Amino acid sequence: MLKASEPDPGGHFGPYGGRYVPEILMAPLEEIEQAYRQARQDAAFQEELAGLLKHYAGRPTPLYYARRLSQDLGGARVYFKREDLLHTGAHKINNCLGQALLARRMGKRRIIAETGAGQHGVATATVCALFGFDCVIYMGEEDMRRQRLNVFRMRLLGAEVVGVSSGSRTLKDAISEAMRDWVGNVATTHYMLGSALGAHPYPLMVRDFQCVIGREARAQIGEMEGRLPDAIFACVGGGSNAIGIFHPFVADEAVRLVGIEAGGRGLALGEHAARFSGGQPGVLQGAYSYLLQDEDGQIALTHSVSAGLDYALVGPEHAWLHDSRRAEYVSVGDGEALEAARRLSRTEGLIPALESAHAVAEAVKRAPDASGQVFLVNLSGRGDKDMDIYREHLGGLEGEPR
Amino acid sequence: MTRIGRLFRGLRTEGKTGLVAYLTAGDPSPEVTPRLVEALERGGADLIELGVPFSDPVADGPVIQRAGYRALQAGTTLRKVLGMASEIRRRSEIPLLLFTYLNPVLRYGVEALARDAAAAGIDGCLLTDASVEEAGRYVDAMHGHNLDTVFLAAPTSTEHRLRLVARYSTGFVYLVSRAGVTGMRDTLSASVVPLIQAVRAVTDLPLAVGFGISRPEHVAELRGRAEAAVVGSAIVSLIEKAAGSELLEARLESFIRELKGAQ
Repeated sequence: MLKASEPDPGGHFGPYGGRYVPEILMAPLEEIEQAYRQARQDAAFQEELAGLLKHYAGRPTPLYYARRLSQDLGGARVYFKREDLLHTGAHKINNCLGQALLARRMGKRRIIAETGAGQHGVATATVCALFGFDCVIYMGEEDMRRQRLNVFRMRLLGAEVVGVSSGSRTLKDAISEAMRDWVGNVATTHYMLGSALGAHPYPLMVRDFQCVIGREARAQIGEMEGRLPDAIFACVGGGSNAIGIFHPFVADEAVRLVGIEAGGRGLALGEHAARFSGGQPGVLQGAYSYLLQDEDGQIALTHSVSAGLDYALVGPEHAWLHDSRRAEYVSVGDGEALEAARRLSRTEGLIPALESAHAVAEAVKRAPDASGQVFLVNLSGRGDKDMDIYREHLGGLEGEPR
Repeated sequence: MTRIGRLFRGLRTEGKTGLVAYLTAGDPSPEVTPRLVEALERGGADLIELGVPFSDPVADGPVIQRAGYRALQAGTTLRKVLGMASEIRRRSEIPLLLFTYLNPVLRYGVEALARDAAAAGIDGCLLTDASVEEAGRYVDAMHGHNLDTVFLAAPTSTEHRLRLVARYSTGFVYLVSRAGVTGMRDTLSASVVPLIQAVRAVTDLPLAVGFGISRPEHVAELRGRAEAAVVGSAIVSLIEKAAGSELLEARLESFIRELKGAQ
């Protein structure tokens, strides 16, 4: 059974994680780690964070029993952890508030970040407005096109959004460009990485900031069901919402942890972002983990209808949970995710983010055969940002039969 | 001792500052690279860094990013770069250092690379994103085949880190002159001299200074301070501008001569 829920001093979860960056970033990462370890033990820091999460972000988020959907599926009772109700529309704000407090503690007043779907960029721009920080967001041009509403939101919040035109012009390229900025401005700048990725201590720190999801859900499901859930479902891009809800349940062996990757358009390399079924361990952007790559070790292009899952490397703690068989990882394709989004919208009045729709799809698939079980799905974000994509793929829906 | 070790011993004896020339192997095409290396050598380059292109080069500025993209488009792989090294070795004894990122090396196999690189006449390797903390197995494999392992020292490196870098480095230590990615700058960074002093305090290894060195006067400033200057983006930029021209090799040769002339 899994024992290592904490990384070793070098930031390794089993063989995964670590710190694979140019030397110029090593001392700054050590500095962040030290500041974070102090903050973790500092009651005043934790109290200020808790206050912001409650009064600014809107925590705790509800746990919602989806009665109509559950009846419709005729099996498991399905609960949603409503991270979609948070300020800025997704779980990303949990991590950004934590890192903003840390940046202030470290005396850094310039923040840079990458964004895929734009949710982390919006959350970063939001906390920068709140704390009075300068903010630069790197975003792939392809993602800027498909998430243009979020680009406008970031600019309205006062952030500079820099389009990245290299590579696949998606999340991976945005991270590379943010790292290049950081290499040149590390004395004044904090890199507010948005997922449980990158070099140590980011996977640990981001996970800790997101664990509030799982801690709340654990207490809430106890109150509502009088027991733990049988299975937990969460989508996995880098994997921060998933590790945030999984981690407080890792020691509960009876609780199945199910991570859902983007199956995209199909099984061929370049058509999906299913790192566990299609990748091998390798190093990208600071961490060692399962990675989509070609036979020469070049990073493969990825595809998902969901920009937030469209990334070649999975967070290192997920790789460890996978190898130790504590969690299982499956993939859900573009079409299934879109269909799940439509179904959830129609039965519960909840329009999920495309990323979260992947988790919904897997729960919907399994629920009919899980009579008497309790399913917990992390509804990590809401679908407002995805209207253009929903309209493009699902049509205008005019006159469509119900 | 590798060719790298012998080169620096000679430079020290003569009190000279050598010139290390970087180019992205396979840019503009794998066939051309050995001829470009010969041109650099004719111009007076003392050591060649053969950059192996990687799809996601986080430490590189736009010039070397574009070169890597062109090289990958032209079908360059780590295996092919070893082939280029073998070809260069048939006619030249110039020290060759592989310069790349970790993932292509992991995929090739660390032990397999050490064996094949040594057989191809490579003298050492520098992996930009392999921190000393993560490099144990790689260092053992390289040293097992008598290859040098060069690591970066940066202006942000603490004394503790400089000691680690010095402990894992053989051949020389590569000093990053300033905070930032690879690329050309007008002036040499003011952080260079303090960095050289800090590294000298922890090691007797020769020092090569790179990042932002593109002009004869930059090279001249390092004279008497470091054993070598590294020029990368300026060379790659010249290759980009003159690719396909019959004059490319002559221009590379004269550019290196100009840089060396500063001595």
